[in-house]
Amino acid sequence: METFLDFFSFSDPNVRYVVLGSILITASSAIVGSFTFLKKKALVGDAVAHAVLPGVCLSFILYGEKNPLVLIIGAFTTGWLALTLIDFITSKSKIKEDTAIGLILSVFFGIGIFLLTIIQKSGNAAQSGLDQFLFGKAASLVGSDLITFGMVAVLLLVAVYLFFKEFTLISFDKDFAASVGLPIRAMELVLTTLTVLAVVIGIQAVGVVLMAAMLITPAAAARFWTENIKVMIWLAAIFGAFSGISGAYISYIAPSMPTGPWIVIVISTIAFFSFFFAPGRGIIQRLITQKRIKKHIVDENILKALYQLGEEEKNFYDKRTIETILSKRTLRRDLLIKSLRRLKREGYLKNDNGLWFFNTAGKNKGQRVVKLHRLWEVYLTQYLRIAPDHVHDDADTIEHVLTPELEARLEKLLNYPSTDPHKSEIPYE
Amino acid sequence: MISQVENPIVEIHDLTVSYDKKPVLWDVDLSLPKGHLIGIIGPNGAGKSTLIKAVMGLIPNSSGYIKLFDQDLDKVRGRISYVPQRETVDWDFPASVIDVVLMGRYGKLGLFKRPRKADREVAMDSLRKVDMEAFKDRQISQLSGGQQQRVFLARALAQQADLYFMDEPFAGVDAATEKTIIKLLREMTERGNTVIVVHHDLQSVPQYFDWVIMLNMRLVASGSTESTFTSEVLQETYGGKLTLLSEVGNLLKQGRFPSREQTEVKN
Repeated sequence: METFLDFFSFSDPNVRYVVLGSILITASSAIVGSFTFLKKKALVGDAVAHAVLPGVCLSFILYGEKNPLVLIIGAFTTGWLALTLIDFITSKSKIKEDTAIGLILSVFFGIGIFLLTIIQKSGNAAQSGLDQFLFGKAASLVGSDLITFGMVAVLLLVAVYLFFKEFTLISFDKDFAASVGLPIRAMELVLTTLTVLAVVIGIQAVGVVLMAAMLITPAAAARFWTENIKVMIWLAAIFGAFSGISGAYISYIAPSMPTGPWIVIVISTIAFFSFFFAPGRGIIQRLITQKRIKKHIVDENILKALYQLGEEEKNFYDKRTIETILSKRTLRRDLLIKSLRRLKREGYLKNDNGLWFFNTAGKNKGQRVVKLHRLWEVYLTQYLRIAPDHVHDDADTIEHVLTPELEARLEKLLNYPSTDPHKSEIPYE
Repeated sequence: MISQVENPIVEIHDLTVSYDKKPVLWDVDLSLPKGHLIGIIGPNGAGKSTLIKAVMGLIPNSSGYIKLFDQDLDKVRGRISYVPQRETVDWDFPASVIDVVLMGRYGKLGLFKRPRKADREVAMDSLRKVDMEAFKDRQISQLSGGQQQRVFLARALAQQADLYFMDEPFAGVDAATEKTIIKLLREMTERGNTVIVVHHDLQSVPQYFDWVIMLNMRLVASGSTESTFTSEVLQETYGGKLTLLSEVGNLLKQGRFPSREQTEVKN
């Protein structure tokens, strides 16, 4: 707890730098990654992330020490080369894009690991910490590293702000963008460059292995909460920043722990939470809606059964036992009882000593369901020319779906028929 | 059967278009008059969409050239609007109806600039013309096929162009939308705009278009609907593929021949 307070009081300047750096880096890669996500290029992002490792190692071998600017240039070069090769292979050979991505990712990452091993065996003292680029170490974001990486992050943010309109348009409708004279190739080039840069600065905090998650996951999580691209990008940035802070904190309390996995676990938790609980698009909300519809259908079916019983006995307000209702409509007894109680609560039915009967509202509602069922049967036989003995099951579903507007149109179209195809009377108010 | 016109608004000269070295349109040569509602008709795979994509510069031409308003495309882009097929975009994109219509203003705005109040007014006006005003803030993922098409049309209207190319605007739309669209296209041509439409349904051709382009990998006919949309031309357009032509196309693809020999220019 004490360390927690120490950390979040930000009294240690080092903590301040690390937190600021982590936020800048994760938020900017989440913002650039939003367009990677919208353009459905997640796998390409993964390939670039892995492909920067040989660049990092090569720049170290050539320069002899860890200089952030040189590392960025090296990483950028191989990241770019990987992207160009994927495009080249896809357009000039029979190999499809997914295969090309797999090929390039493994070849570049393999070479990267190979070079890393050579450096580690060479006994160069300056190499310590180079392996942090595999899984990230937020705590090393201090001094000149922070300034360089921070500046690139700010550059990314400014570029996305300036090109927001253009990036949105090429993500949504590339052909149209080209037709209005937007320089598509240049724009794609800018966006690709930004993506590679986001990866390059992100590896300090997250590492090459897991960097793709930082590009894609914040946007994927944000998409569940909104239908507005600006809100989506802001949310992605906030989610990214939050996971970035958690990575910095881990780096503070457990210095030997790589930060990448922690950051990725936090952002993935946010994504899973969104997946289940977001309103509208979330799984839970959909399940709730489905359940509500199921209940609604059971309720309407019971009202329909009671109405039909009333029709047979020419008395709609008679009291019925549960057995009588079950004889009209097969249903699990417990579901029936639950539904009857619900209908009573909602003011459609009354109960007298275990006997159930309509009030006026209930009778009208039951009557409407019966009417819709029979109207739909008429519609199917007249307009779709379906045999009268085949229309019942369809009507059983559609009776619960029709809205009052469709009901009115159906009545008008069929000109208020008096009976359905089975000669049952259609009840109007 | 190929009527050329004086002062054409679109002039296509000896155009050949290839996908992956295989020509899909051979030597199309035609000119189109201003202010007409023009249909591009032909069977599946005839190259209808390819033709307008080539005109819009979305696919490279193997040979030939295209003039619009007697100029190169890049000089007159602001006067031209292109409506892609509805299925080519992902309608689950996080955007509202008005956002998409505003995209029609991007060409006029240029780089870096944000839509201004005047642009919003043009966009709203365009939505009104396609009866979608009430759907302004609706998410595009919630639209029906017909409504999606209307939104695309509103985006085209917001471009305030003189010449429109539309790829299958009637595909998969409800009857009410089809009526709205055709009424709108007629009004546009009456005002002097030219509208060129890739169309699938033969039955409605004489009723909709006053000029037709009949395609089947090559230009079969181009002219006023009255004189061109005859049973002989239809026979020729739909009477099976020219198998020899396709086979030569395949040979070009396998052998990787250029579809035109490179002639060296000597100074």
